[in-house]
Amino acid sequence: MNNLIILPILIPLITGVVLIFFTKNIMAQRWISAISALLTIIASFMLAHQVYRNGIQTMDLSNWEAPYGITLVSDMLSALLVLTTSIIAFAALFYSFKSIGEARERFFYYPVVNFLIVGVNGAFTTGDIFNLFVFFEVMLMSSYVLIVLGGTKIQLRESIKYILVNVISSALFVIAVAYLYSVVGTLNMAHISVRLSEIGSAGIITVIAVLFLIVFGLKGAIFPLYFWLPGSYYAPPAPVMALFGALLTKVGVYSITRTYTLFFYHDVGYTHQLLQTLAVMTIIAGVIGALAYTDIKKIIIYNIIVAVGVILFGVSILTPESLTGSIFYLIHDMNIKATLFLLIGIIIVITGTSDLEKISGLINRYPALGWTFFIATAALAGIPPLSGFAGKLMVVRSGFETENYIGAFVVLMSSLLVLFSVMRIFIRGFWGTPRAYKNEERAPVKWLLVAPAILTVFAVLYGFGTEAIYPVISTAAETLANPEIYINAVLKE
Amino acid sequence: MKTNDVILQTVTKFVLFVIILFSIHLFFAGHYYPGGGFIGGLMTSGAIVLLLLAFDIKTVKMILPFDYIKVVAVGLLIAIGTGAGALFFNMPFLTHAYTYAYLPLLGKTSLHTAVLFDTGVFLVVIGVTMTIIQTIGESE
Repeated sequence: MNNLIILPILIPLITGVVLIFFTKNIMAQRWISAISALLTIIASFMLAHQVYRNGIQTMDLSNWEAPYGITLVSDMLSALLVLTTSIIAFAALFYSFKSIGEARERFFYYPVVNFLIVGVNGAFTTGDIFNLFVFFEVMLMSSYVLIVLGGTKIQLRESIKYILVNVISSALFVIAVAYLYSVVGTLNMAHISVRLSEIGSAGIITVIAVLFLIVFGLKGAIFPLYFWLPGSYYAPPAPVMALFGALLTKVGVYSITRTYTLFFYHDVGYTHQLLQTLAVMTIIAGVIGALAYTDIKKIIIYNIIVAVGVILFGVSILTPESLTGSIFYLIHDMNIKATLFLLIGIIIVITGTSDLEKISGLINRYPALGWTFFIATAALAGIPPLSGFAGKLMVVRSGFETENYIGAFVVLMSSLLVLFSVMRIFIRGFWGTPRAYKNEERAPVKWLLVAPAILTVFAVLYGFGTEAIYPVISTAAETLANPEIYINAVLKE
Repeated sequence: MKTNDVILQTVTKFVLFVIILFSIHLFFAGHYYPGGGFIGGLMTSGAIVLLLLAFDIKTVKMILPFDYIKVVAVGLLIAIGTGAGALFFNMPFLTHAYTYAYLPLLGKTSLHTAVLFDTGVFLVVIGVTMTIIQTIGESE
């Protein structure tokens, strides 16, 4: 029993509720949400520290013992993801203070962001498959509000698509959980794993595995289920885009990782082969998109899809090294996607457009912005010693070791093309002759740059500190590779 | 066109109290028998909706001058607060406590912190239902 686990969920929840009372007082809203985001970071850091020191931490809600009640489980992977989420949430909130606009702030922007964090942290932490669904819903409800808040034409159009896709996938989620429950008769994830290994590989289990892949694939944007993502993520303003791009798809990816390592590892020949094929296709589709567009938002959005493919490719190989690589890359990618979205948000604030054809010569006026962007893109592509390198290296190496040559080769090529796609923004947008833009004078560039600059520093530290972080990440991967560790911690047998 | 709804209005004035009393009964039945904050809240909002049908939004706003979104927030605070209270006793989140006490008039009564939690749920349900109905109603 460890009540620290609930704090990264509870703090944003209470904050979100309290903020409803302060809708008119914007300064109070900003202060309260900033302080609570800081507290969440501290709590999740302490949690991660404890998990690293003492192993997996669990907590049975309402004191109902597992497997009967709902158990929250914090293993190294979930603790790290919760910590990353809290940091990104703080950055996005800080960025919002000067960019989101008073109209949105008055209409529950901060409460809803807090509820979104509740959903994301909850989904990362829960050890109960139905509770996972509930936290998915909390997260999705908040994202519906965030995507439509502001009510511009494009937002209304995209939110209809977004809600439709997610309502359908939520329905499928419940159906999948019901299937699983009818087979194993339990909802506790550790307990499900025990029961499934008693059954071994049966046809119905494979069907359920694929159903779960469809459900989480829709949220996590894998090929061919990513069709809704480029349009929907394009609509909301930059900080919301950063939250969506960094967190929402990653919850889908996390859920695939969790279910495909904890539940469905019995018929690897089918399920993980399928996952691998889809992951490779996802990378290819993402790269094509990233190269095809000259709109900076679209380029970064398609890069989300590439990253999802890379992470899932590592998961599908299912060796300790590939899992370590995937986790390395997952955390790196959450951080760097948030950074990039916030940075292009600044470019859009300055220039008033996201069309690369209409932007040039920014580096003359904004050298700090230019170089931060440069470092972030280099980190995204995985240039050593920055943060994307170690993860991708391990994924590719284990791909070659297990003789998945095509996949590993695609991952390698993708990093080159990803670098090209984002360098294009740098070369076209920052080099060239400077232009005058309409809203330039009013843009609070310095303030806005703080949050992405801090995240970029994290990316650099994460890259340089690979050696120091490695044991933490490999602990996380060890739990994934050996489900018994997770099961024993939850059921205490 | 103004419809004559004397009968509806007169009946509502009486029935309203019956519904609300029954919803309170359901609310307290909650923990051991069918009932609870959710159903009680729905029934109370049903009573308010009846009031809305018989009279109009302005009258109801005059009788019940609440900002229903704030009602939701208060309800959530009570519910979360009950759950978080367990943290101070170093018990898992949402753990409840109960005891039996002899109260005047009621005799042996079970006192349960779940009632506090249910009060939160009760307010949330009323707040959400009324917010939805008011938002739809006002646009007409």
